[in-house]
Order: sequence, then structure tokens, then C-alpha cells
Amino acid sequence: MADKEPQQPKELPIVLVHRLPSYKIPLDPSFRDQLRSQFHMLDPHESPEPYDSFLARHAPFIRVLMTIGYSPISAEFLERLPVLELIVATSAGLNHIDLPACWSRGIVVTNASLAFAEDVADCAVGLLIDVLRRISAADRFVRGRLWPVKENYPLGFKLGDKRVGIVGLGSIGSEVAKRLLAFGCTIAYTSRNKKQSVSFPFYANVRDLAANSDVLVLCCALTKETYHMINKDVMVALGKDGVIINVGRGSLINEKELLQCLVGGEMGGAGLDVYEIEPNVPKELFGLDNVVLSPHCAVMTPESFEALDQLIVVNLKAFFSNKPLVSVVSNE
Amino acid sequence: MADKETQQPEELPVIFLHRPPSFILPFGDHLRSQFHVLDPYESPEPYDSFLARHAPSIRALMTMGPTLVSAEFLDRLPVLELIVATSAGLDHIDLPACRSRGIVVTNASSAFAEDVADCAVGLLIDVLRRISAADRFVRGRMWPVKETYPLGFKLGGKRVGIVGLGSIGSEVAKRLSAFGCTIAYTSRNKKQSVPFPFYANVRDLAANSDVLVLCCALTKETYHLVNKDVMVALGKEGVIINVGRGSLINEKELVQCLVGGEIGGAGLDVYENEPNVPKELFGLDNVVLSPHSAGGTPEAFEAVLQLTVGNLRAFFSNKPLVSEVSNE
Repeated sequence: MADKEPQQPKELPIVLVHRLPSYKIPLDPSFRDQLRSQFHMLDPHESPEPYDSFLARHAPFIRVLMTIGYSPISAEFLERLPVLELIVATSAGLNHIDLPACWSRGIVVTNASLAFAEDVADCAVGLLIDVLRRISAADRFVRGRLWPVKENYPLGFKLGDKRVGIVGLGSIGSEVAKRLLAFGCTIAYTSRNKKQSVSFPFYANVRDLAANSDVLVLCCALTKETYHMINKDVMVALGKDGVIINVGRGSLINEKELLQCLVGGEMGGAGLDVYEIEPNVPKELFGLDNVVLSPHCAVMTPESFEALDQLIVVNLKAFFSNKPLVSVVSNE
Repeated sequence: MADKETQQPEELPVIFLHRPPSFILPFGDHLRSQFHVLDPYESPEPYDSFLARHAPSIRALMTMGPTLVSAEFLDRLPVLELIVATSAGLDHIDLPACRSRGIVVTNASSAFAEDVADCAVGLLIDVLRRISAADRFVRGRMWPVKETYPLGFKLGGKRVGIVGLGSIGSEVAKRLSAFGCTIAYTSRNKKQSVPFPFYANVRDLAANSDVLVLCCALTKETYHLVNKDVMVALGKEGVIINVGRGSLINEKELVQCLVGGEIGGAGLDVYENEPNVPKELFGLDNVVLSPHSAGGTPEAFEAVLQLTVGNLRAFFSNKPLVSEVSNE
């Protein structure tokens, strides 16, 4: 337990570990040691003291909080931490955190995007190639011993020349763009604001982007504004051969309307890593060969977890030495 | 039938269509508008008689599918000067016999290169990140039962060894560089204009790579190029992607290594004895199986048609060919 550490923990900077009681921290032992040797990690669920009492007692000293997984942070919870200045999140998505409440308190929030971006982009591109070239479906065809029976598997479609519309050109969207350019795709994007240093065409809303794209790749945050931003209107604008890749959050898409369009043959296909209610995946999708289903694992490589560990340590150290933070989530 | 075309086919240059009886690419109309297409399987005349009768006028031959062009077959076409292949691979053609006859051969690699490269990269991402296996996991309704799926591995930082840096291999290199992979290669000869490290043989390349991507031609020299030695050199986490020809790999040894866990995984579009795929592979989650369709897009077929017509037109107007295959 933190209180029994021999290194006089009261001299080490304090970090509150915020997690749901059932969410065991799957920390790498060397990472846990790295944290404990540099910071006084306060974990209320590792203390025999009742949660509320533990929190109230330490609250005057808690300037930094680290969230594990998707443990929610509400405005009410923030009120219990009057001197909080920094939240270090361990996921890319932050829809479980009341960001407007953080920003109005002046609390800075960092996320894991920078650590995850390359792996999520690799997965997004892998899903797109799979949908267009039917790799998983063809693999099922071969494993089902159909190849000797039916001469050929239906053709896929070429990637190059496809007009790819990226929804959210942050760290993940930029890595997707970089990869797809090498395949010969053309890139356009939509974002809260046009990015001055970027040369790709910008569309102010997702419907216009869809109307000028063959593929949409969703890489943006889930917020009140982006909830169900991909609806039937957008899918119709994308067109009958259109493909949607979602590595953001399930609720970016109106899943019911997505199902209707896919089952009704009104869309070319979809590659999904996220769903509205995980781990429930709409069963109507199981029979479709133009859909590839991934169990929210776009970030899941040992390398990205290692990168996240380093990112957390970097940000904690930077904060306590008044140096600039990385992977800060801002309002723009 | 060709003889009934209104454009007076006798005036159009003659090309012989060499294909398996059941295999036809949808190029008929395009070709027939520009060439007098001799197709033995669309004639009521017996094959041998048809061939013998037309042989004196056949200077150009077009192959479709893996129909053999043997030295014996070439002997039946005494004035043949050009073979236009509509595939990337040329292992069905006796190239030494063509060379000694002075017959020029063109292939379609450049028409397929991007699509084959896309497929090779797709197979690699799939093997490393377990995309198809995860898709099976979800479709098998396993996700609510088992909380998480096993981790995949990052692409960036992987050392990729390309076997054969031709049009296809170059496109693979271009794509994987964008993912942060490092590229090295082996080839018949070092390519002066290429910045990637060169290894003189595939075993040394394997020893210095995490991934091998096979993009080279199948010849006597490259038959079973990738054997157990090479796989051991590649290592227990090594991944092999084959979009070349099945026999580039000793398939029996590949299956042993995969089943025995001595290499990390494989993405295969081609096999030694298509369409037979070794059944031991069906149960492996670190293997992705593709039914020789890496070149299979409508866009590639259109590009093949253009390339084919381009080569034929160049030949008949004594201009340089578009995609002549050289000896190096």
C-alpha cells in the first residue's frame, strides 16, 4: 500500500488514482515501480478507509488525478477536489469526463492519443483494406473449403483513387492520412476548425465531406456535438459504394440507421472497432461480407501500452516541474 | 467469330489467344476492334489444325491465365516474335526458350502492382493485428463472453525484408514506409538507385528482418527459396507474406513451422497446388488465407487491358514496348 512505502512518500508529489473499484489496474510491474518511486500514488480502493473519508482527507493536497480506463469524472466529482489542476487520462477517448466542467475550472486534461495514434491508424487502414479487398471474407471462403468449389471469390476494389474523408484530423486522423497517401488515396477532412498548416481540402460539415468522399474514417472525439453525427443523411450523401471506418466511438454513428443502410445494400461496407453498446454488436452484421468487426482493440499492442506508460510518466514529471505537457486535449 | 467481323479483320494485325478452354478475360470487344483475334476455342476447327493453319501469320501471342507456353509449343509458331502475358507471374512460360528464339515477352506486373501491394500490406496488418481472427471472435459471439481479445503487434518499427524489389515490391516498400517500417531487400542484383539496404541472399535478409514479403518471380532459382533454414533465421515472431507464387516457399516446411510455433504467422495469397490449401492452416489464428486474388480488382483488369493493348499496338507499329521483361 502507498502508506507503507519506505521512501517517505509525503515528500513525493501526490497523484490520485481514479478508478472504478472493479477495475484492477493492469499495470506493468516496472511501470508501477516507476510511478511509486517518483510519486505518492493515492488509491482510495487500496485503503481500508471508506472512500468518501479517504477522498475528503486528501483532497486539499490533490492537484493531479490519473484516471484508469473509463472511470467517469463528473462535475460533481470535480467539486470534491478543490485544488485539482491536471487530469491525466489513460485512454484516447474522453467522453467519460465532463470536459466543459474541467475547462471552466481551468483544469488541464491530457489523453493517450499521442501514444495510441499510430496503432489506431494502422488498425483503421487495415480495416479499410479488409473491407475494400474483402480479406476477412475471402479468408472465411478459404477456411470454409469453398475455394475448390467456387472458382473465384468476388473481386474487391482498388484503394488508390479513393477519396478519403477523415472526420477529426487530430493525432490519429493525421496518422491515417499519412498512411493512406502512400496508397494513392486523396485526403479531405472535417474538423471543429480548419487547420491552417494542413493542405488537405477542408469541409465545414460532415455531410459535405461525405458527398465528396468514397470513404469516411471517423477519428474524432465523442461529444454532445458529434453524437450520432453519422446518420442516414450522411450515409446517403456518401453513396451506395461508400465505406465507413469507425475507430472513434460507437455513438458517433446512429447505429440503427447504419444497420438499415448496410442490410439494405445502401452502403458499400463498414469496418467497425467501436459500437454504441459494447460488447453488444448488432447481430444483423454477422452475415454481411462487406463488414469487418473488431472488438474495440485498435489500440491493443504491447508497444502502445508501453508508449502510454511513458506518456503518463512524462506528463506527471512535467507537471510537477512546471514544464510543458504533451497530448493536451483542448477546446479547438 | 473473328472471320465475321465487319472491320475486315484480315487487315487488322493478327494475335493468337493462348488460354485454358474455360478461362477468358472480358477483353473480347476491345481486342477485336483493333486486332484480328485468333481464338482456337471459339473455332469449330480442331485445335491442332487451327494452329497449324494460322501459324505462318502468328507473330504475336497473348496468354491468359496460367496456360503453359513450353519450348515445344513455341516450335509450332515459327514466326512468333512477341508474347504478351496478362499476368504478373511468368512461371508458366519457358523464358529461356523464348530468349534463345529471340521472342520478346511482356508481362502485366505494373498493371497489378498497386493492388497486389495493397493486398500484401492488408495481409500483413491482418496477421500482426489479428483483424480476421478478431472478426471471427466477434461473429462467433465471443466478445460478451471473453472480455478482451489477445494483443496484436505494432507495425511501425518492424524490419521488413522484401524479396524481389520490382514493380510490386517497390509499391509494398512505399506503403510500409508510411507505417514506420524499415525496409531492406534481396533481388537478383543490387539496384543502384534504391536507398534500402541490400542482402545478397534471402537467408541473410531473413536474419535481419521481422517480416518477409515475397514479391519475386518463380523461376528455377527461386523455387522453394523460403525453406526451414530461412524461417528459422527469420525467427519465432517472424511473419511471411506471399503474394508471388506458392512454390517460392517449401509449403510442407512452412506448415510445420506454423503449426509448431516456430514462426509468428503468415499471410498467403498463393499456394503450391491451388486451389488446395493445407488444411492444417485452417485452425491457426496467426495465418490469413487469400484465394489468389491479390490482383483481383476491376481497376487492375482495366489496367491490364490497357497495358496489353499498348504493348500490342507498339509492337505492330515498331515502337518500343511498354512492359518488356528483361533478363536482370
